[in-house]
Amino acid sequence: MKTLLNSSKVIICCGPGGVGKTTIAAAIGLQAAKNGRKVCVVTIDPARRLADSLGVDHLNNTPRVIEGPWDGELWAMMLDSKGTFDELVKQYAANDEQVQRILTNRIYHNLSTALSATQEYMAAEKLYEIYSKSEFDLIVVDTPPTRNALDFLEAPGRLTRFLENRFFRLILMPTRAYLKAFNVATRTFLHTVAKVAGSEVVSDALAFFQVFEGMEEGFINRAKQVQLLLSSDAVGFVVVTTAKRDATTEAAYFIGKLGHYNIKASALVINRIYPSFLKDKKALMNLKSFQRDHEEQQNRKTKLLISNLCDLMTISESENAIISKLVDKISISQVYKVPLMDIDIHDLDGLSYIGNALNT
Amino acid sequence: MKKIDFFTQSKVLIVAGKGGVGKTTVSAVLAYAVAMESKKALLVEVEPKDDLLDIFELNTAVHSFGDTTTLEDKGTKHDSAALGYEETLLALLPHGGQVVGRVLTADDALVEYLANHGLKKVIKKLLASGVLDVVATAIPGIRDILVLGKIKQLERVQAADSAGLIVVDAPGTGHVMTFLSSSSGLLDAARGGPIRVQAQEVVDMLDDPARCQVILVTLPEEMPINETIEAAYFLEEKVGITLGPVVVNCLYPVVKGLEPDPEQTALEVPTLATGTLAALKEAADFRLKRQNLQEEQLKKLRAELPLPQIHLPQLFTREIALKEIEFLGAVFRDQITHLSYDFADKLV
Repeated sequence: MKTLLNSSKVIICCGPGGVGKTTIAAAIGLQAAKNGRKVCVVTIDPARRLADSLGVDHLNNTPRVIEGPWDGELWAMMLDSKGTFDELVKQYAANDEQVQRILTNRIYHNLSTALSATQEYMAAEKLYEIYSKSEFDLIVVDTPPTRNALDFLEAPGRLTRFLENRFFRLILMPTRAYLKAFNVATRTFLHTVAKVAGSEVVSDALAFFQVFEGMEEGFINRAKQVQLLLSSDAVGFVVVTTAKRDATTEAAYFIGKLGHYNIKASALVINRIYPSFLKDKKALMNLKSFQRDHEEQQNRKTKLLISNLCDLMTISESENAIISKLVDKISISQVYKVPLMDIDIHDLDGLSYIGNALNT
Repeated sequence: MKKIDFFTQSKVLIVAGKGGVGKTTVSAVLAYAVAMESKKALLVEVEPKDDLLDIFELNTAVHSFGDTTTLEDKGTKHDSAALGYEETLLALLPHGGQVVGRVLTADDALVEYLANHGLKKVIKKLLASGVLDVVATAIPGIRDILVLGKIKQLERVQAADSAGLIVVDAPGTGHVMTFLSSSSGLLDAARGGPIRVQAQEVVDMLDDPARCQVILVTLPEEMPINETIEAAYFLEEKVGITLGPVVVNCLYPVVKGLEPDPEQTALEVPTLATGTLAALKEAADFRLKRQNLQEEQLKKLRAELPLPQIHLPQLFTREIALKEIEFLGAVFRDQITHLSYDFADKLV
């Protein structure tokens, strides 16, 4: 991963929820800064943990520098999806009045806060914004924990489809006769939708598309550029997982899905690997047969110690089996294993330790 | 304190917890414990996944990764190896108890809802036009409400048939908050129409401990414990949902007298290599540290969250399959039948 840390411009950490993506992203950022690069870590984790472990009290939508004894520079920020979306609206709106009308529209409010794709899209958008300013050598992005691991890649497209919704556009542009005829059918259709979902839903939607008029092109072009960046060579994808069955299933699925977009995952990080106390397989087998054959000869303490080691080794063996199954299935040559820590990662030392393990 | 019979109290048990705590395993254990009471447990997955088939040892077919079924072809094509919209028998117990499973996604629920509301003919057009996306954005929680609405419908059917319980493997914590609170949120927003009626019915179900309770699952580790405490207060205060016992998963059975004594061990077992002796000591130290950590976290959970706890042990087996589920199911059933708790003991 050393090459990735030292030469790529963007690293995106993705994978299932609860595997420590934020921690890995921060460790990658810290290590790259130690390697002398100017790095910005973009997190979406609203928890205080990242800020805490970086030794700052809070993070917001603007990158802030983290002081420390490294050759490069480490910056960090926390994504504010609504704020990012608001900024985009201001950028593409024709005038202040349009900005105000959009920001107060209920659909816009929901779109910018509640739609799951929005957070993903805004992460991508913010990435693009920072990337185009060329202020950093490397941007490390921690992706949102999604129900569907593909959201991050698909979000720009989904939002574009939403904004250029042909159906509502047609209703709002009754220019030619045949369109008007079509409108009768669509209006009946809308009437049915209103009956089921409530009429205010339809009127809100119409108001939304009305005020968004003229802005969609800017948005759509932007989304296309973001998508282009995501699939370019400048970007490296690091898939993070743990060695648990459900997590590896999702990770393998995600790597496969990346392939559909012609993106090859650059590295696989298996986080929180259970300690393997006795790496020598023969010694473990000896111990197990010893445990079987000499049970009555040992005192209680020795028995406990031996059965404890055998028990813990079962977990480690089961994880190894899961890992080899995963590694066989995918074609990623760079696989990194990060050991389970005694405690949660709370500080730069912890991040440093992980960063070191990844820097080979 | 009045004693609650867990297995007859609520028809719907929603299993919630953050990613990686073993929610799916605990859901399976709970369902199995229900089946041990000679009842039928319906295990509902709200995201498409096949873990249940692995756990119940029904998955013999080879998975192909990266193969997804889109909304368009849902309902017409189902991978035979995947758990689907139709009920699948997962386990049949000697005394007539059984576990059946099904997947119930928002898309499934939406298509069914539209079909039930006379829109069967235009479903395709609705999907293609993108109008549904717009509607879903206008009513942010609609997908959750449709899923919970369907669960409510299943619950009503089950209510008539007294021998059944529904176990829902809910989305991870971040999502479960919105998953469970969107219905009451919608009541504030929508003034009328069938969706509002649906939301009201879902809220009624969630608010009624005789119909529904949430089982939070956690690990005895700092982050999951903190998030569980947070989630518990949120769900009770903001959603008004009743919380059942908290399940603490993967607890290491406490071994007393594990303090390593390498010299003594070496004397007693002279044939062991030095590496093995060192490993014995390391493993013992690890276990002791882990025992202390989990004790600390259990204490914290007990102090900050006055809910009864169910403790499921960490198993030292290669995988979690039927045998392990049977064992954990028995552990769960044993503990829950000995618990004395009452829903009157609210958190606040």
